[in-house]
Amino acid sequence: METLAPDLSPEAQFQARIDADIRIEPKDWMPEAYRKTLIRQISQHAHSELVGMLPEGNWITRAPSLKRKAILLAKVQDEAGHGLYLYSAAETLGTSRDQMLADLHSGKAKYSSIFNYPTLSWADMGCVGWLVDGAAILNQVPLCRTSYGPYARAMVRVCKEESFHQRQGFEIMQTLCEGAPVQKEMAQEALNRWWWPTLMMFGPKDADSPNTEQSMKWRIKRFTNDELRQKFVDMMVPQAEFLGLKVPDDKVQWNEERQAYDFGEVDWEEFWNVVKGNGLCNHERLQARVQAHEEGAWVREAALAHAAKRKERAAVAA
Amino acid sequence: MIQQEWPLWEVFIRSKQGLDHKHVGSLHAADAAMAMQNARDVYTRRLEGVSIWVVESRHIHASNPDEAAEFFEPAADKVYRHPTFYDVPDSIKHM
Repeated sequence: METLAPDLSPEAQFQARIDADIRIEPKDWMPEAYRKTLIRQISQHAHSELVGMLPEGNWITRAPSLKRKAILLAKVQDEAGHGLYLYSAAETLGTSRDQMLADLHSGKAKYSSIFNYPTLSWADMGCVGWLVDGAAILNQVPLCRTSYGPYARAMVRVCKEESFHQRQGFEIMQTLCEGAPVQKEMAQEALNRWWWPTLMMFGPKDADSPNTEQSMKWRIKRFTNDELRQKFVDMMVPQAEFLGLKVPDDKVQWNEERQAYDFGEVDWEEFWNVVKGNGLCNHERLQARVQAHEEGAWVREAALAHAAKRKERAAVAA
Repeated sequence: MIQQEWPLWEVFIRSKQGLDHKHVGSLHAADAAMAMQNARDVYTRRLEGVSIWVVESRHIHASNPDEAAEFFEPAADKVYRHPTFYDVPDSIKHM
């Protein structure tokens, strides 16, 4: 371990390394709170990837063409991979895959609330890619430089793959918007439903986010929630205009002085309500996860038994 | 029900012929064959590799970061191991 200030306490040395942009690796000393916060943050992110497969899985059998179906399958497979990279990163901090899944299934661990909204039309696949993955990318790109090595490396991999997700979503929206009036209507209707929940993905307002300061200090968060939300609006409003769509917020207006868009207030009551488990699909998502896990138990057990049997046979033969 | 996780494996990938295998991450699998297939599906979906090694994580011995200073320091004061330590007259070519 590179020692920057040998006379200081372990905590101060740790902070000095972070301030010098030296990555923390699994076996390095770290404050318990740093470890715990990271396990919570990374596993929550992993759970989001896992649960995020469900609303899109909903449309695999109903994709409008073979091309779209192949793309959607590839995207859902990527999400599974992203979940795996992140679970692996969290495991280096001393938790286990089983523990993390148990926490997800018991409702103790959270995942992104955005996946508790239903995917009602094909245009929702466009919005999930364009808006939801667009928001996720804004959150994730800064995490490629986060202080914990395995997390940063996992995020580099995730970000590389995520940009295909956003582009395919935008392409779905563009195709609909250039199609028949009824298709464009479908695109607008989906945007109306997804716009506000996507803005909620950045989390509570800075004033209501008490952990932000410590997380920024540890560099496991590099921009505040409100900063990222503003960036997102600035990015997306022109893209919606390009598509000929209107974001469902009458307060959206370019502010020459700030060189940014003004926009309306998120419905925080709805935000907290979904976080607390009362969203449209909270129950359904968790139930689907638990069911998949329980129904797959025999496969996991059989694979272990098979491996043990082969090992035994190999030992006898030797 | 067996309360047991599949073992953890580390994955190394040669990105193209002529390069070293490089550590890319880890995964759980019941045996080596499954680890190999999962590694292909998780880490080479976009032609990232032409060859894969999987090693059960428990077989890896790592140096201790708390002893890194003592462990690696002996090399720090041996600048004469680098060619730049030596002054070569300007008129000498091909060295």
